Amino acid sequence: MRYAMAIDTLKCVGCSDCVVACQTENNVPIGYCRDWIVEAVDGTYPQLEIELRSERCNHCDNSPCVRACPTGASHYKEGGIVAVYHNECIGCGACIQSCPYDARYSHPEGYVDKCTFCYHRVEKGQKPACVSVCPTNCMYFGDLDDENSDVSRMLKTRKYKVLAPEAGTKPMVYYLI
Amino acid sequence: MATNRRDFIKISALGAGALAITKPVFGWLPDFMKNKEPMDDSKAKRFPTYCEICFWKCAGWAYTNEQGELWKIEGNEDDLHSNGRFCPRGTGGVGMYYDDDRLKTPLIRETVDGVQRYRKASWDEALSFIAKRMQEISEKWGPESIALFSHGSGGAYFGHLLKAFGSASITAPSYAQCRGPREVAFNVTFGSQLGSPEPLDIRDTQCLVLIGSHLGENMHNGQVQEMSQAIDKGATIITVDPRFSTAASKSKYWLPIKPATDIALLLAWIHVIIYEELYDKEYVEQNTIGFEQLKAHVKNNTPEWAYGITTIKPDLIRKSAYEMAKASPSVIVHPGRHVTWYGDDTQRMRGVAILNALLGAWGRRGGFYIPEKFKLPKFPGPKYPKPKKTKSDAHQGKYNLADTFLSNGICEASTINIERDFTYKAWFINGTNLIETLPDKKLTEAALNQLELVVVIDTMPMAITGYADVVLPECTYLERYDEIRVSPHRIPQMALRMPAAEPRWDCKPAEWMARQLAHKVGLSEYFNYESHEELLDWQLRQVGSSLEEMKVVGVKSFDREFDDLYFREGEVPQFNTNSGKIELYSTELEREGFDPMPVYTKHPEPPAGFYRLIYGRAPMHTFSRTANNPNLTDLMDENKIWINPKVAKQWGLKNEQPIWLENQDGVVSSFPIKVRVTERIRWDSVYMVHGFGHSNKQLTRAYGRGASDTQMITNVMVDPIMGGTGMRGNFVTFHVEKPSSKEEVAL
Repeated sequence: MRYAMAIDTLKCVGCSDCVVACQTENNVPIGYCRDWIVEAVDGTYPQLEIELRSERCNHCDNSPCVRACPTGASHYKEGGIVAVYHNECIGCGACIQSCPYDARYSHPEGYVDKCTFCYHRVEKGQKPACVSVCPTNCMYFGDLDDENSDVSRMLKTRKYKVLAPEAGTKPMVYYLI
Repeated sequence: MATNRRDFIKISALGAGALAITKPVFGWLPDFMKNKEPMDDSKAKRFPTYCEICFWKCAGWAYTNEQGELWKIEGNEDDLHSNGRFCPRGTGGVGMYYDDDRLKTPLIRETVDGVQRYRKASWDEALSFIAKRMQEISEKWGPESIALFSHGSGGAYFGHLLKAFGSASITAPSYAQCRGPREVAFNVTFGSQLGSPEPLDIRDTQCLVLIGSHLGENMHNGQVQEMSQAIDKGATIITVDPRFSTAASKSKYWLPIKPATDIALLLAWIHVIIYEELYDKEYVEQNTIGFEQLKAHVKNNTPEWAYGITTIKPDLIRKSAYEMAKASPSVIVHPGRHVTWYGDDTQRMRGVAILNALLGAWGRRGGFYIPEKFKLPKFPGPKYPKPKKTKSDAHQGKYNLADTFLSNGICEASTINIERDFTYKAWFINGTNLIETLPDKKLTEAALNQLELVVVIDTMPMAITGYADVVLPECTYLERYDEIRVSPHRIPQMALRMPAAEPRWDCKPAEWMARQLAHKVGLSEYFNYESHEELLDWQLRQVGSSLEEMKVVGVKSFDREFDDLYFREGEVPQFNTNSGKIELYSTELEREGFDPMPVYTKHPEPPAGFYRLIYGRAPMHTFSRTANNPNLTDLMDENKIWINPKVAKQWGLKNEQPIWLENQDGVVSSFPIKVRVTERIRWDSVYMVHGFGHSNKQLTRAYGRGASDTQMITNVMVDPIMGGTGMRGNFVTFHVEKPSSKEEVAL
């Protein structure tokens, strides 16, 4: 089993619904977020392009954050989900420094927090909150080992890219382009 | 200096209990939100609701945790407005409930030692005060001199109260400040208004044409969802906008039009479609009148003619027209929503309607479907008395084609310095920040100052509350029942809103307030029930459901009873127009003395050093309604002014630099607004999101954040056909330092 996400940049309108849905679902305090929107504008008026992306932890196969963690709080869960045991985290921030995606933040309660792919929902057969809420239905989540999963089907039929491939982290969030 | 009878009072003059408190990060959060682990949703409870953050009214579920505290809101999968997916505003609706800046108690204006201020009042006292004043006004001026402005669900109950009292003057700024022109244009063309949600078959369209409509930034949920489905199915999107909107970035063709020239483009498109014989011939012949007149009318409106006006290359005008024709009849030239731009808006929307008619889109799959609305019987009660004054009296015989009272019309008819038969003496204002919603703030203030009673019913201390004699704190939609939602859609549906939490502080539902007022003014027989539940249950039982059932399902669907979703093959549909046909040539407009077919007129252009002010929406906010919502301000807490890099260079402006705006009439923005230097906007225009720049300190998160576009809108171009207030003829220039109104120099 290998959980992954594919996000269709051709459909995303950058509304930030994924951000607020994550915040309410996961009690992320106001002022912090586990996912966010990037708007990349390219060109000169009127020859323009915009790429809109919902970004988050890439749940990398080769996660620098897990390696960087001195206490073992950062770990891999079933299906390759990268997670943090909040009680084992000492808040040193080494993982934050090591992440090429800037996907982690220091929670005001003293530990490091990040996207969990909504593991608590996924283990009940639900989709992550961001995927469930997206009004444009531009996010696909599932098991890469299952060739019929939403995410496998999208990656089979569409062109895609990953962020910062040069970092060699083997990210599991794919962007359909 | 003359003193106002109604000085603007900031709610902060209240005293203890309403003082601003600087909040720590968690200040507003309930304890459970400090949990390190996610909530266990098997212990959560859910309550059906429909959203009140905007007018789309998506149905969903409000979840509470084990302790009964509000946790999150999700869509109801059976709901056609949301398909189980709320937009960011709806998802962030919890913030409206948890906002500690909310109105907390009834307030009554009083004057102590010559100073006006608010004092806290009990509900009985506040409502008795209003009832007494209503009766006095009724005796002196007649009940028809009381008006209601509403942009919220609570308006239904105050509307019911006013109708029972003898006034029909009920209005919403969503008409003359927003969608009115398109309703009139489609009505005179197709004999049918569009309403909300618009019956657009976007999910099955092959070509979607957006003219200034920025779907994706305006989160009209169902439409954004269907646009995404259309993209999946390979539909072509064509966007006309001086700004490279999000929708433009999803489009095959973007027409970066010079603002205020849309009618020229529409006429050129009509010209191409007619003269290159690309229209749906059978449909046009069978269903329309006035084709030959239209053909003659647009003879000279070639793409080459339009090029010089719109700056859109003739080739692009032709190609985009061919694209529409190729998709015909599965094509939608989107009517937009906020269409009060230049004062000739009904005519522009006529151009849109005519184009749709030529392409055979009305009543066709992938075009405009025929919606059906569920009918719910009204609770039994006496008939309303016949109101002595109609909209014609309010509008002094003007704007006959407007099918509702106009907010600006009532506002004008409330100022005694304009000679007229009668003037309004009292306003009820529910869920609309009228002072920011209506253009021409001076006129609105003049009217407010002359009224004998102003009642504001709201959840938040919006600026308009400062003008009230009585402020009634309404509880949020998450704490109350409201009317059963029965909006038109592909199939009839109804949806329930019920409280998910007890009202915070001393807030009450509008229904309760209106009912108590009715008792106090002797109109109990119109509210002949004990509780809101009883009323709703009675209505639901008439259609074979019950409150109990709706509490479980939230949304209930029914089979269509009337027409098919589209015209049937071979059907000769009847249209509710003068001729019974689609009127390319409008006999109704002709009868009222207006151009029967749209004509392009040149609008003023910005003077040197000024830029046309274009405003719009951001997906995470609804006007100023959400400007203080903690969840949504976290996503966007201020607006910025979009400036083209060429212009920024001329002015030496940098990203994030705060600047002040000044408009053509010398009005300077109260607050600075940060610059966003971006290629996404034309060099002759600037853009900002509407709803920011609040001047009421009691809105602790919204105060002074960004600038108010409304403040810059002092030139209002009124649509002679229906009274809409065109707001896009305002031009602004920049100040890098706050301009002083007086020159004081130390010598």
